[in-house]
Amino acid sequence: MDEQTPKHVSESGMPVGARETDDAPVENQANEEEACARAPIGMLCELTHRCPLQCPYCSNPLDLERANTEMTTEQWQDLMRQAADLGVLQIHLSGGEPAARKDLEDIVKVAAEVGLYTNLITAAVTLTRERVEKLRDLGLDHVQISIQDVEPGNADKISGYKNGLEKKIEVAKWVKELGMPLTINAPIHRHNIKSVPKMIDFAVELGAGRIEIAHVQYYAWALLNRAALMPTREGFNEAAKYVEAARERLKGILVIDAVVPDYYAKYPKPCMGGWGRGIVNITPQGRVLPCHAAESIKGMEFDNIKDKKLAEIWLNGDAFNKYRGTSWMKEPCRSCDRKEVDYGGCRCQAFALTGDATNTDPACSLSSLHEEWANVAEKESHAPSTDFVYRRVGGAKKADTNPA
Amino acid sequence: MDESISKKRTVVTQESRVAFPPHIKLHRDAVRQQWLILAPERVFHPDEISVAVLKQCDGTRTVAEIAEKLTHEYQATIDVIQPDILDMLQDLADKGLVDA
Ligand code: SF4
Ligand code: SF4
Repeated sequence: MDEQTPKHVSESGMPVGARETDDAPVENQANEEEACARAPIGMLCELTHRCPLQCPYCSNPLDLERANTEMTTEQWQDLMRQAADLGVLQIHLSGGEPAARKDLEDIVKVAAEVGLYTNLITAAVTLTRERVEKLRDLGLDHVQISIQDVEPGNADKISGYKNGLEKKIEVAKWVKELGMPLTINAPIHRHNIKSVPKMIDFAVELGAGRIEIAHVQYYAWALLNRAALMPTREGFNEAAKYVEAARERLKGILVIDAVVPDYYAKYPKPCMGGWGRGIVNITPQGRVLPCHAAESIKGMEFDNIKDKKLAEIWLNGDAFNKYRGTSWMKEPCRSCDRKEVDYGGCRCQAFALTGDATNTDPACSLSSLHEEWANVAEKESHAPSTDFVYRRVGGAKKADTNPA
Repeated sequence: MDESISKKRTVVTQESRVAFPPHIKLHRDAVRQQWLILAPERVFHPDEISVAVLKQCDGTRTVAEIAEKLTHEYQATIDVIQPDILDMLQDLADKGLVDA
């Protein structure tokens, strides 16, 4: 880029929500600090853990929260008001399947009224045209539809759900007909990595403005299923090369966001843009987490929005302060000059793979455990795929929960 | 493969009447006291000059008209301002933030 021309509009390097791209620019650190100091900019709302699909890489916890423990409509609505007051800019209504809640409309209504930028993250299979239209009229800003593959049979197999793709296409068309912006989210793993070029064409044909080529991140269900999901390094490199070329070719037509599989990266991602910096995650029962996987770290306690205000939890909650900033770090992070770039990677992954959340994320090549884990990935990716452990209530119990 | 793509890249010229699509919002953040552009899964920080330009982008004024107007406000010549605005708006169009 020409350094002479002033850059008038810089992108925030902070992921606003579900997006965890490897390549989100850090263009303006000063702006970032200012924007994040007092308030999260994105709030991820897992409205429910119910979902008709059973993706084996689902980022929900292994211990899914039951329907009868979910927060009420009023509690979610109140949270929207608190979030706007605090300074949250975007909310992501996710799940599970957020449309499984009949009051999705009531929640969107309040969120839009208080000025939050609203994003629906859906598997789409249960949506009707009427509901999409109603949501639009209430002020929903953006719809993100996840796909399992563009090959129907394979999509069914991955999601454990029949004829899902057909339904998703139908809903995607409604979204476009109704004049709303659409993102396609495609979690990538060894059973669909070959479809990456077709997925990109698929997104263009549907009129999506964005696609997320999101290599599965190995937490929760994905960690349990790692040996069934990890792509080979060669496969990953090939897909990455294709994505790079497609990005150039589709400039101004389709934005392609890519998430690198950690195990093949040199440095880790700043998970959630850094612990307690920009994102807050709410579980169906109202627990307030710094990251959707945070509950996997044993021994941590999380506040509930039913007991305390969001501002209080964000600013002073123990869980948020525990790994906020850099003072909790050990070597090699402590003396590393990237510590305020990636914040030592993912705490949950550090805990899952090393048993200590204050360790450097083994995704980092500077971690003493990196090689060991990269080798595990390498080995698993070349061995025959294991069977999927599908995401369903109690599903993880039957499986061996120790991935190592 | 490109033939199958019906959607074309938007090219911003001095005749373009630029506007935000409904889902992109130029937002005054009261908590942080700054202007922001809210887009799907993204937030952008516009500087003072771009805010001045973007506030004019309502789909009725052409880029040339906006540039002309700003020459007075910023006491700069049109041949400095216009290319700068065009570059900026093209960049935003490529990111899907404005229509033209
Ligand atoms: S990843 Fe699959 S199973 Fe999990 S919430 Fe999304 S659609 Fe449902
Ligand atoms: S050592 Fe820590 S701070 Fe340095 S790159 Fe690795 S994870 Fe990031």
